[in-house]
Amino acid sequence: MIHRLFPGLMLALLLGFATMGWAAIESFEFDSPEQEARFKQLSGELRCLVCQNQSIGDSNAELAQDLRREVFEMIKEGQSDAEIVDFLVARYGDFVLYRPPVNYTTALLWAGPFLLIAIGLFFMIRFIRTRVATTDGVGTLSAEEQSRLDVLLQTPAKDEHT
Amino acid sequence: MKARFLIPLGLFLALAGLFWFVLNQMNRGDYNPRELPSALIDKPAPTFSLPNLHQPDQTIGTPNFLGQVSLFNVWASWCVSCRVEHPFFMELARRNEVPIYGLNYKDERADALRWLDQLGNPYVASAFDFEGRVGIDWGVYGVPETFVVDKAGKIRMRFPGPVTEAIWNRKFAPLIAQLRSEQG
Repeated sequence: MIHRLFPGLMLALLLGFATMGWAAIESFEFDSPEQEARFKQLSGELRCLVCQNQSIGDSNAELAQDLRREVFEMIKEGQSDAEIVDFLVARYGDFVLYRPPVNYTTALLWAGPFLLIAIGLFFMIRFIRTRVATTDGVGTLSAEEQSRLDVLLQTPAKDEHT
Repeated sequence: MKARFLIPLGLFLALAGLFWFVLNQMNRGDYNPRELPSALIDKPAPTFSLPNLHQPDQTIGTPNFLGQVSLFNVWASWCVSCRVEHPFFMELARRNEVPIYGLNYKDERADALRWLDQLGNPYVASAFDFEGRVGIDWGVYGVPETFVVDKAGKIRMRFPGPVTEAIWNRKFAPLIAQLRSEQG
């Protein structure tokens, strides 16, 4: 009896936990779908300061929850995206932005990928050039080498059945 | 290039040296990879007005900081690292080194009061920030955090993580001495 009930029990338990997980997510009531879209957009672009590789939309950290609440309230108050972003940058610095502004501290961050491509291209071109240079000499044989090659090509293989 | 086979060894040694250096810095508390520079350095401390943890009918605010060099320490009874730094803050208070104000961050009042009763209260006063909004204004991203506020009420330093005697001597004490000599 227990054995037959067990899978069902487990399933019920698992499903129970699944709903508990959802219960932790706060529900925000927006005035319009447009506000909700802005909220999603913003919370995806703002970085959680605690778990530094998640956006505040993804993170379950307390601070991320508080910041979501803050963003939500500012949207409801009718503040613009720029105002909301400025509010957070004033407190947490550019670090809070997943798309940081271009300035001299972030110059390396923005230029870095292009720099790496340039360095890679430089070495690739150099590699290809040196390879072409070395293969250029392969086609030519000295007179001595040529005569030896001719001899080898004319000598029939010894185990050939003629 | 006879010594070409030594290149990987050289690379290994260079990397090992770098890792050793960084780990050493982390052990000494000089480098914390999760540390963020505060956006508020040299800016006026964000104004706030919160109930006093001990006397809820009284408020604490930014004016309390003015005219003196002071510490503003963000703490909570649920925060483990706060327990680590707490004995040192008691020591600072005993030495009368600098007035320490507290921001009791996202805590329950009863828990916070019990914590101070059991471990001692190094704070001149603690503000009760139940919702953590003042924390957000100050750019707090973890507990504990300690701010140094100068005579004019500007934030001059922010240290995230527990303050130890070694960190105090290296980072706080020289700055506080310098700030005291500045015109208020």
